[in-house]
Amino acid sequence: MQALYAQLLVGLINGSFYALLSLGLAVIFGMLNIINFAHGALYMMGAFCAYFLLDLAGIGYWWALIIAPIAVGIFGMILERTMLQWLSGLDHLYGLLLTFGIALIVQGIFQNYFGSSGLPYAIPDYPKIFGFNGLQGGMNLGFMFLPIYRGWVVVFSLVVCLATWYLIEKTQLGAYLRAATENPTLVRAFGINVPRMITLTYGLGVGLAALAGVLSAPINQVRPLMGADLIIVVFAVVVIGGMGSIMGSIITGFALGVIEGLTKYFYPEASNTVVFVLMVLVLLVKPTGLTGRAA
Amino acid sequence: MPEVKTAGAQAAGGQVLSVSNLEAWYGESHILHGINFDVSAGEVVTLLGRNGAGKTTTLKSVMGIIGKRSGSIVFDGKNIARATSDQIARMGVAFCPEERGIFASLDVRENLLLPPVVRAGGLTLDQIFDLFPNLKERLNSQGTKLSGGEQQMLAIARILRTGARFLMLDEPTEGLAPVIIQQIGHTIARLKKEGFTILLVEQNFRFASTVADRYYIVEHGKVIDGFANSELSANMDKLHTYLGV
Repeated sequence: MQALYAQLLVGLINGSFYALLSLGLAVIFGMLNIINFAHGALYMMGAFCAYFLLDLAGIGYWWALIIAPIAVGIFGMILERTMLQWLSGLDHLYGLLLTFGIALIVQGIFQNYFGSSGLPYAIPDYPKIFGFNGLQGGMNLGFMFLPIYRGWVVVFSLVVCLATWYLIEKTQLGAYLRAATENPTLVRAFGINVPRMITLTYGLGVGLAALAGVLSAPINQVRPLMGADLIIVVFAVVVIGGMGSIMGSIITGFALGVIEGLTKYFYPEASNTVVFVLMVLVLLVKPTGLTGRAA
Repeated sequence: MPEVKTAGAQAAGGQVLSVSNLEAWYGESHILHGINFDVSAGEVVTLLGRNGAGKTTTLKSVMGIIGKRSGSIVFDGKNIARATSDQIARMGVAFCPEERGIFASLDVRENLLLPPVVRAGGLTLDQIFDLFPNLKERLNSQGTKLSGGEQQMLAIARILRTGARFLMLDEPTEGLAPVIIQQIGHTIARLKKEGFTILLVEQNFRFASTVADRYYIVEHGKVIDGFANSELSANMDKLHTYLGV
């Protein structure tokens, strides 16, 4: 039983990363119509940003959670202004190829300086309140031992995902965003600066990827190819969930993480392929994905 | 035509919109070949013409939605021919498109509150519900679940909130039942009474004649004629030829 719970927790953690990343991909695809293949590289940059902050400036984890998404988000907005914006109105393939190229370049640069092995990033040991040693250590829940940091990742990711969902589905800014996804020309004719909104949306999606990168640094180490490995699964998650829906990508992200975890317990041989098998099944039955709207 | 222009302008204060030599293109196809007309404060001016004559393209050019356009479009004394559509909207031009543009992913309330307020003096929500009582009951419905008439009301209602005093309505009666057309006619008359300036595109000449002060006839991307509502009966024969009805 202990092993089952442990795999469930691993599944939830992976699901947190899937959800944060597929959420960003869904938001970006909705507004820019671009399949952002650079997402994994930007996730990696988030983790490296946290590493640099600590290593070069002594700025720790908690600040990195704020600074890295903003810094990488700004990098993303520069990419959008200088390159991606020129692709609007063209076939998806162009955006896919361009962002794929950006990913290869960024990963290549990091690999050149840091090789392929991982750099360590410690779990923060502060603040020391209520008997906690930062996010280090663990607690016994009775039925299982829960490493605090892993619990934190799941809860914090869920909060960020729900906050993003709230921002998009329940606020005026989100209404602009949803409307501009449907009909950018008309939204602009109402007086909203849609090009600027598109840039900020890309920044938001990229920021979410960078945030996931910071969260993952203490668990998975900081590696130039950490995003390249992950993004393949995340795209399968996006295909299964469908590009159209925010809540859909959150739920699918967590659910597929858990399914993967359960497979690791019940039939470990299939744990690396189960997501792709599901993807094939979903594509056969519902090509727009579980929650997707027809394009 | 010039004599009509002056007559209208004298009747109702200063010029709000003056379009001259407007040309516009959709990609390679040249749609407008030198449009000239103007609209004065407080007027309802209607562009009449056959399908494909360039009426909608004229509105879209004024709104800045058409990528390639040339000529002069002067709104409130400023040439807006090179402005982007968001800048034009913020100067106080509001546009209600032919396809209505109700957003499916927004509910009625969100659709209504979507266009940002560009200046003070727009209608309050209470005034809007007074004009369109149906909308109040359907605030939480999905935008596209409304009937065609309700969608049209919503499309007009949402641009009344913004404080824009110049409204461009593209075929607001298209595909609607007579009783709804009547309600939209009352609405336009009331907006006119409250001082809004309205540029209307219509195929439904009978409807236009109940609300318009002046008409321009658009054909093959040009304004070929114009007259005031008072001269309507004298121009009926010509009009039948122009519109082919």
